[in-house]
Amino acid sequence: MLSGPDIDDRRTAEDRLSALRAQLAVIEGLPEMAAGGRRDQVLPFASVPGLTGLAEALPWAGLPRPALHEVIAAGPAPADAAATGFCAALLGALALHAAAPVLWIVRDTTLYGPGLAAFGLDPARLVLVRAPRNRDVLWAMEEGLRSPALAAVLGEADDVSLFASRRLQLAAEGTGVTGLLLRRAGSRVPPPSAAVTRWRVQPIAGEALQASDAIVRTCWQVELLRCRGGRPGTWIIDFRTEEDAHGRTTDSVPVPALLRDGSDPPRRAAG
Amino acid sequence: MVNSQGRLALAAVNPAAQAAGLAPGQGLADARALCPALATAPADGAADARALAALADWCLRYTPWTAPDPSAGIGAGIWLDITGCAHLFASPQCPEGEAALLADLVERLGRSGFVARAAVADTPGAAWALARFGPARTAVVPPGTQRSALAPLPVAALRLPAAAVEDLERLGLRRVGDLYDLPRAAVEARFGAERSGQVLRRLDQALGLSPEPISRHNPRLGRPLPPWRARLALAEPISRSEDVAAGLARLLGQLCPRLEREGRGARRLELCLFRSDASLDRAAIGTSRPSRDPDHLAALFAERLAGLETGAEGDGGIELMVLEATATEPMTPAQTTLDRWVAGTEALAAAEAFGAAEAFGAAGLGPLVDRLAARLGAANVMRLAAHESHLPERAVRRRPVHVRDRGHAWTQDRERPIRLLARPEPVRVTAATGGAPDRFDWRRAIHHVARAEGPERLAPEWWRAEAAASEGAPFRDYYRVEDRAGGRFWLFRAGDDWFLHGLFG
Repeated sequence: MLSGPDIDDRRTAEDRLSALRAQLAVIEGLPEMAAGGRRDQVLPFASVPGLTGLAEALPWAGLPRPALHEVIAAGPAPADAAATGFCAALLGALALHAAAPVLWIVRDTTLYGPGLAAFGLDPARLVLVRAPRNRDVLWAMEEGLRSPALAAVLGEADDVSLFASRRLQLAAEGTGVTGLLLRRAGSRVPPPSAAVTRWRVQPIAGEALQASDAIVRTCWQVELLRCRGGRPGTWIIDFRTEEDAHGRTTDSVPVPALLRDGSDPPRRAAG
Repeated sequence: MVNSQGRLALAAVNPAAQAAGLAPGQGLADARALCPALATAPADGAADARALAALADWCLRYTPWTAPDPSAGIGAGIWLDITGCAHLFASPQCPEGEAALLADLVERLGRSGFVARAAVADTPGAAWALARFGPARTAVVPPGTQRSALAPLPVAALRLPAAAVEDLERLGLRRVGDLYDLPRAAVEARFGAERSGQVLRRLDQALGLSPEPISRHNPRLGRPLPPWRARLALAEPISRSEDVAAGLARLLGQLCPRLEREGRGARRLELCLFRSDASLDRAAIGTSRPSRDPDHLAALFAERLAGLETGAEGDGGIELMVLEATATEPMTPAQTTLDRWVAGTEALAAAEAFGAAEAFGAAGLGPLVDRLAARLGAANVMRLAAHESHLPERAVRRRPVHVRDRGHAWTQDRERPIRLLARPEPVRVTAATGGAPDRFDWRRAIHHVARAEGPERLAPEWWRAEAAASEGAPFRDYYRVEDRAGGRFWLFRAGDDWFLHGLFG
């Protein structure tokens, strides 16, 4: 179905690619993603500071918004802070993309505003809800997902049954509010859920830029464990602050330095 | 049975004991002599008071003003101010409604196992006297006739202390009527100023000659009567939650238009459910901002009513529902429905709360915030506000979502952790080079430091420095460290001690 003269035309190739992706989405059972024109339904990874390299991970080049996504911490503290940062980056971009506030349902009071701001989530756009019990977290998530005034809802739930995750997924589909499940308990991969994507985030020691480099910087190994129509894989996400690259500045919004697939030789990301 | 002045005495008796000639106040020894089979139990004054208060609450179904009246020794009672309430019970047979109200009251209490007497009169004193000493179980004293109604009653009916009653009886003054014609100067001469003042004051109050002020406040609730009140009497007691929800919808349908006419919105609503077994359930909700949207308010109550026990049909079913707006605030017409918040001044309020630039759509959050707060508690729904402080734990404040205050800008010039522990946790640093730790123990795991940055010295504000100094070190040296596994920590040293304060993403 690809005809010769068009292949060189970059724009046409992109159109064809998105048409194919739309077909794929229909096959994969995500009809709401299938309409090629509905770009607003996808959060492009290219717009998420730090995560631009993940674009190739998913068939939509970004995160489908009317869906539930799951982020699993590789372990308890300190490892869960990496998953928290990953979620903060996604929520910050979702708040900007949908021009609406986000809801974060926490179990404890450790979430720290200045740190969220460093990952691009402006605390002014955040409503924080503390729910001591797991079932309250799920209830609050569903309430949030049914409220179109929000861009996204994150819940720190320990225990999510397949049934409960299905309810959340349906609520997200209904309103277009993005759902994130942050599994902080770590250690084990939780049982299957109805989430559209499932990620695992592990902090890793960043490579020294120079032998004498003592700069502590954010560096993660992000694994896509599951995605309908996606390509499971592993990405290294290495943040280097402006401070590192250009000397002392006051802007600490992280930008990606290096992204690479775990198996492939390093390549530059379009960040 | 109660311990009174060193001897055991009867506090209350049941009808059988009364028939055997026993009475409250009698010594236990005398009572046993009269009735050897007497069964006794210690009096529990606190429990009695609670039960009386609960019954006074239940009586709110007749009037918004009720109060328990312990009247120890003579018989506990409940005050009801039925001014303007009795007409609800009016019928062709009873145009005033007062007798019907009393009959209804005594009958309902009787069905719940309370033997009650009741009286209506112009003055609290006369009603009190007739209810306790009157010839019939219920009595309505027509306006202006309390003088003749009280005359045959014993002087104890004047709410006098037992000593005063004894004094009067010793002088042969046994009936209230005996006091009417006594020259006041003679009374004073016989009893002294204090005692006679007491007797005459009570007499005048009962007769309506001197006013007995009764507060128009509901003493149980400790605040003025809410003017926003709707009631729904049910022909048949209900118990199904759907019926309660339907009743609530009708009450809101009455109340909300009235609030709208007056340009007000409810901040707090209380629903009272009166049950046929003389018990009362209350459910209260609060809103984050004034509201008079029936659907929104009903949704908030749904959470409260879900936990409510609904009794079986007939027995313990709900007979009467009363909805009160116990706190209201002015509200402009544009705010009427929450969906229209965005268009009205509410959007501006939300814009201020969220910082004008980030206000996008924040206004539509009201209903969601209220639902979350109704179930999880208002304190658990918050936003983070930056606060100007050098100490990390004081740099963030948790604020209610819709409170307007000018937030400070978030500091972004230094790296800060994404999670800050509730309290700095002590760690054991087992090796250090040049001030920075090489190895430390935290939560029973050893962390080998691969990289460290620091120190960043943070000191409390000067006006707090003194307090901090008394607690230990006046400043902290913070280090960002990364262990070999990639964990990133925020450690500080205060004096000789090390603490872990936060974790980086």
